[in-house]
Amino acid sequence: MAKPQLVCPAGSLAALKAAVDNGADDVYLGFRNDTNARNFAGLNFDDKAVAEGIRYAHQRGRKVLVAINTYAQAGRFADWTRSVDRAAELGVDAVIIADPALLDYATRTHPQLRRHLSVQASATSYEAINFCRDKFGIQRAVLPRVLTLAQVENVICHTEVEIEVFGFGSLCVMNEGRCWLSSYATGESPNTVGACSPAKYVQWEKKPAEMDVRLNGILIDRYGNEEKAGYPTICKGRFEVAGETYYAMEEPASLNVLEMLPEIIRIGVSAIKVEGRQRSPTYVAQVTRNLRQAIDAAAATPDGFTVKPAWMAELGKVAEGSQITLGAYNRPWR
Amino acid sequence: MQITLGPLLFFWPKAEVLEFYAQAAQHPAIDRIYLGEAVCARRQQLRTADWIGLAQDLRAAGKEVVLTAQALLESESDLKAMRRLMRDAGGLVEANDLGAVKMAQDEGLPFVAGPHLNIYNEQTLAFFAAQGAQRWLPPLEVSGSVVASLHASRPAGMETEVFAFGKLPLAFSARCFTARHYGLNKDDCQFKCLDHPDGLLVDTREGKHFLTLNGIQTMSAQTESLLAQMPQLIDMGVDAVRISPQSVHTFAIVEAFDRTRKGEAVSYDPAWAPAGTVNGFWFGKAGTAQVAA
Repeated sequence: MAKPQLVCPAGSLAALKAAVDNGADDVYLGFRNDTNARNFAGLNFDDKAVAEGIRYAHQRGRKVLVAINTYAQAGRFADWTRSVDRAAELGVDAVIIADPALLDYATRTHPQLRRHLSVQASATSYEAINFCRDKFGIQRAVLPRVLTLAQVENVICHTEVEIEVFGFGSLCVMNEGRCWLSSYATGESPNTVGACSPAKYVQWEKKPAEMDVRLNGILIDRYGNEEKAGYPTICKGRFEVAGETYYAMEEPASLNVLEMLPEIIRIGVSAIKVEGRQRSPTYVAQVTRNLRQAIDAAAATPDGFTVKPAWMAELGKVAEGSQITLGAYNRPWR
Repeated sequence: MQITLGPLLFFWPKAEVLEFYAQAAQHPAIDRIYLGEAVCARRQQLRTADWIGLAQDLRAAGKEVVLTAQALLESESDLKAMRRLMRDAGGLVEANDLGAVKMAQDEGLPFVAGPHLNIYNEQTLAFFAAQGAQRWLPPLEVSGSVVASLHASRPAGMETEVFAFGKLPLAFSARCFTARHYGLNKDDCQFKCLDHPDGLLVDTREGKHFLTLNGIQTMSAQTESLLAQMPQLIDMGVDAVRISPQSVHTFAIVEAFDRTRKGEAVSYDPAWAPAGTVNGFWFGKAGTAQVAA
C-alpha cells in the first residue's frame, strides 16, 4: 500500500517553508485575489512569492499546488483563466479547480499541467469524479467532508483518479461548494468572493455580562464572560430551535483523523489534506510535524499503530474549539 | 413563460404527497412539475416505483415532468436508485451534481442543470449546454443582473428557469440537523421530518427567524418571493419561474404568478410566507434583505 501524500496549507511564504521543513509532500496555496477560496486580507501569494515557494519546495523534492477554486464570476472569466495561465507559467506542480468551464480551459490550454478537482466542486460520488476524469483528465479529486470511510472506500474502488481526503483542520459541516449560508447573511460566499462569513461583516459587541457576535447584524452567538467567543461562522453558531438554545448545526470543532490512519491507508487514499491556509506558520508547522510522524508510523506498522498522546496534545493546542471529532468518517456523528 | 412546481423539498406522508400532485395535475396554470426525493435518501414514503408511477400519471394529465436527482449523492444505493429512476421514468432529469450529469449522459438523457450545479458564468453555462443541458437554473445566491447577462449569453436552445417562490435551499450536510434536534442519529432518525411539513424554524438568540432545518438541508426561514419582479422576469425573456411546494397555499401562489404573467394585478397574502419574504439575492444583496418593489 502506498503511503498517502501529506498536503499542507500555506497562506504565506513563511507557512510554505514551515510545511516543507516539517515534512509536507505537497503544499497548496492561492493567488492574492478572489480566484481562491481563502481570499482574506494579508493572505496568499503574489508571483514572486509563488516562484520563491516553488524554488524552496522543489529544491527539497516537494510539490506546490495552486488552488484556483472559486467559481468564475459572470463577465470575468478571463480573471480566472489568467490565474491558470500564471500557475502554468510559474511551473507549479498542479492546479486545484472547481469550476467546470475553468477545468475545461485548463485541459485545453495546459494539457501537461496536472489538474486536481477541488473540494469546492462537491464531487461526492465516483460518478461525479469519473465525469471530471472523462472531460478534464483530472488526476486527483478532493472529497467533500460528507462521506463515511466505507463510502470513501467505495469511491476509490470505482475510479483510478487519486483520492484526497481531509485529515485535520476546521470542519466544514456543509457540503463544500454548495453552501449559501454566508451569502444569505452577507451577500458574499465562498463561491462568489472566496470567503465564508467575511471579516468586514463581523461585529463583536461587548456588554457588561456578555459578548454578542454578529454577522451583518444577525446574532450568531452570545457568550458569557467565562466563555471564549468564536468567529461567527453561521453553521457553528448557537440558535433557538423549538425553544431550545444550542449549536443547531455543529459545535466549533476540528477534524482529526489520526486514529483512523491505518484504515485510510488500507483503503488506498492517495493524499491527506490539512485545512488552514488562513492559519499561522506556527499552526502549519505544528500540524505538519505531527501528521508526518503519525502517517509514517501508520504506514510502517499499520497493525501496531497507536495514536501517541503527544501528537494529540500538540494538535489540541491548535485545534479550533475544544473538541476533536472524526467528522463524517465516523458514522454516529451523522 | 412557464410556471413550474419545483421538487417537494419537505417530507410529507405518502397520502398527502399524492393528494398534492392530484391537485397539481388538475391545475391549468402549472406547465411543468419536478418530481422525486431531492434531499434525503431515508425519505421513502414514496419509493422509486411510486415516483415513476406519479410521473406517468402527471404526463397523462398533460404536464411536462422532470425527475429531480437527490442533490447530495453519497452511497452506492443512492446511485442505484438514481440510475433506476432515469432508466424507468425516462424524459428529462434535473441534475444537481456532476454525478447526476454523468448518469444522465450514460442513459442518453437530456437534463436540466439544477440550481446546485453552480453555473456562475457564461462559459460554464455553455459547457453544460454542450453536455446535454436543455434548461438551467441559476445558483440561488446570484443577482438578477447576473441572471440577465447569463440568460442573454445562453447558447441556442438553452432555457432559463428562475427559483421565484419558496424557502431557499441554502446548504446540504452529511449530518441531519432535524435528527440532531431530537438527539437522534441520522441512521435512527425516526423520520422526524414528517412532523415538520415546512421544516423546523431556527431563530437567533434574540428571537428573529433566520433559517429552517429540513433534515440534511438548511433553508432560509424566510420565503424568497420574486412575485413583484415578474414584469422584469417577463421583460428579460426568462423561460420559466419555479414555485417550491409548501404545505399550504401553494396553488394560491401559483395562481398569483399566473395572473402576473397575464399582466393582471394581484394581491399578496402574508399567509403565504409565515416568516416573511425576502428578495435580497435578486438585488445583489444579502439574501435576508427585502427590497421594496
